Amino acid sequence: MKKTHLQALQKAYVCLLFSFLYVPIAVMIVFSFNESKSRTLFTGFTLKWYKSLLQNDMILDALALSLFVAFIAATVATVLGVMASIGISGMNKRLQGAINTVSYMPVVNPEIITGVSLMLLFVVYVNFAHWFNTSESIPAFLQILPENIFGIGTLLIAHITFCLPYVIFNVTPKLRQMDVRLYEAALDLGCNPKQAFFKVVLPEIMPAILSAFLISLTYSIDDFIISYFSCGTLQTLPIAIYSMTRKKVSPEINALSTVMFVVILAIILVTNYMEGRSYRKTREKS
Amino acid sequence: MKKAFCLLLSFVLAAGMVAMPAAADEEKIRVNDDISVSADYDWTRFKGKGVKLNVYNWGLYISDGSDESVNVVAAFEELTGIDVNYTTYDTNESLYAKMKGGGANYDIIVPSDYMIGKMANEGMLEKLDYSNIPNYSLIGQEYRGQTYDPNDEYSVPYTWGVVGLVYNKTMVEEEPDSWEALWDPTYTGSVLMFNNSRDAFAIAARKIGVSMNPTTVEQVNVIADELKKQKSVVQAYVMDEIFDKMEGGEAALAPYYAGDALVMMEENPDLGFVIPKEGTNYFVDALCIPKGSKNKEAAEMFINFLCEPDVGLANCEFIGYSTPIEAVREMLPEEVANSPIAYPSAEVLANTETFISLSDEVNAAMDTAWSDMKSYDESGGGWVIPVFMLLAIALTCFNIWRRRARKKRRELY
Repeated sequence: MKKTHLQALQKAYVCLLFSFLYVPIAVMIVFSFNESKSRTLFTGFTLKWYKSLLQNDMILDALALSLFVAFIAATVATVLGVMASIGISGMNKRLQGAINTVSYMPVVNPEIITGVSLMLLFVVYVNFAHWFNTSESIPAFLQILPENIFGIGTLLIAHITFCLPYVIFNVTPKLRQMDVRLYEAALDLGCNPKQAFFKVVLPEIMPAILSAFLISLTYSIDDFIISYFSCGTLQTLPIAIYSMTRKKVSPEINALSTVMFVVILAIILVTNYMEGRSYRKTREKS
Repeated sequence: MKKAFCLLLSFVLAAGMVAMPAAADEEKIRVNDDISVSADYDWTRFKGKGVKLNVYNWGLYISDGSDESVNVVAAFEELTGIDVNYTTYDTNESLYAKMKGGGANYDIIVPSDYMIGKMANEGMLEKLDYSNIPNYSLIGQEYRGQTYDPNDEYSVPYTWGVVGLVYNKTMVEEEPDSWEALWDPTYTGSVLMFNNSRDAFAIAARKIGVSMNPTTVEQVNVIADELKKQKSVVQAYVMDEIFDKMEGGEAALAPYYAGDALVMMEENPDLGFVIPKEGTNYFVDALCIPKGSKNKEAAEMFINFLCEPDVGLANCEFIGYSTPIEAVREMLPEEVANSPIAYPSAEVLANTETFISLSDEVNAAMDTAWSDMKSYDESGGGWVIPVFMLLAIALTCFNIWRRRARKKRRELY
């Protein structure tokens, strides 16, 4: 009797928890099909917000920019981060600790500090480049520093910067878990170090690299504060959405968020399915 | 008989003279189904030169092609061959921060009145060359020479409006005519208020009959006291949530911008709008070119394009705020063009005030007073959080005790 009560309570708790997580998303999806712009009354089913979303150049441009930056930044950050992790795992314990602390700083640092300091850095560079290019004491053929750097370049630099630590913290533990003897065995069996890395080490740490890439991707799409300070005259999707809040946020945003949610859900389901299948396969083999 | 003939002839001549400008009017360049622009302007001089304009405007503040509206930016690009990078911001302050930060080179910005004054004073705006903006002549006289730009050097008005009182006819006994209604205890719990210090202070200031542009910290505190008195009546401090709340009948009274009030009234016919007798805030958002613009002439072309009657009409219909372009007002449907909400009479406008930029000291005082007011609690209710915390602590203690007891019992066996 008492036990069933406890179980019911547990179930209720889990339900409550998941409803906190998913009810907002459900509401958003429902209202993306709402006929009127109201966010309280559901007046009828329509697909017009999806249609007008496809015609809204500003939102689509912002989305394209966000996706572009996210993919480039995540790729570059993943490559750099994996290289850094391999370097770090080759160091002695004390140096490893020091490097870990240093790369931990940007993560625990409030984003606003990262954003402002990056912007200041870029502004300092712009001022320097301007001085350099106009100064008379410097030979003219050297005065080719680009001055208008704010834009896609600064945005990418900023995004790679804040994605990098996440990659390092995902990949380093996996490298530590890996048996060093695997690599050594590969060398003994006739691989050169390059082959050993690509054939043995890389497949071993691949799951960590993939999850690091996905984390970087989501953080980059998600980021508002750092992008805000480094985007120049461009605008990413979060900035575009935020700027609508003076007037009513258009239900097109609901539609866009719904599409993104469905795409991400699909990606997660597919990867889970694939992982499950490969897991079953390896089990069958053994 | 001869006289009559002469009269007739002169009538014909006069009619011809009237018809002549109309004929000249016909000479227009057609851009798309909805937009034709005047032909006596060289729209194509930048074609193929790879000019790119960076436009920084408020969110949802231009007809953008959604909801079957006209895409104004695309029409401009098609007409002139100039590439437009259109981006948006949410407050005057974030615009200012962005410009001051030095992280961006914009060619067109749309600050509000007081921000134009501030930016002009700080040398952040470029003087406009009005010979490149012939359509400036279409702007009504009453919208020129405003306090923020007395000599009409820096700005071309884009939209304007007033703040008034939106009320639900079914929830109030009689039509309110004063800001007092927002302080009326009979409406406790059904009053909404601006969640933005400048607008909220403006209303309280007008209510007690002082200027909405305080010059000393004492004046700020007097107005803040008035806002504190109002707090027990207020249901919530909101900005755009107001649309849902008023349309859904969740609140009886709320101050808001006239253009947005019209949108709400369209959704919910029970709503009414009144400009209180104590006077109100009159605001203008105007087009400016910031210092350092690389394409000033192209930017002026863009401003001229926005002042074209067809374009102005599209924007006016999309944004819903009032237009300063006389020709556009004439093209609007009768009930809008003569609406006392969108275009209040001269007497009402005479009793309005625009914001001017405040000194740093007063600004800081206003910020502090505002956050004080928001955290100020007259009737209690602050007990909720401590009680929850105590409950949480009690629960934790109970859990620890239970676990210990269980462990002890297990050890017994």
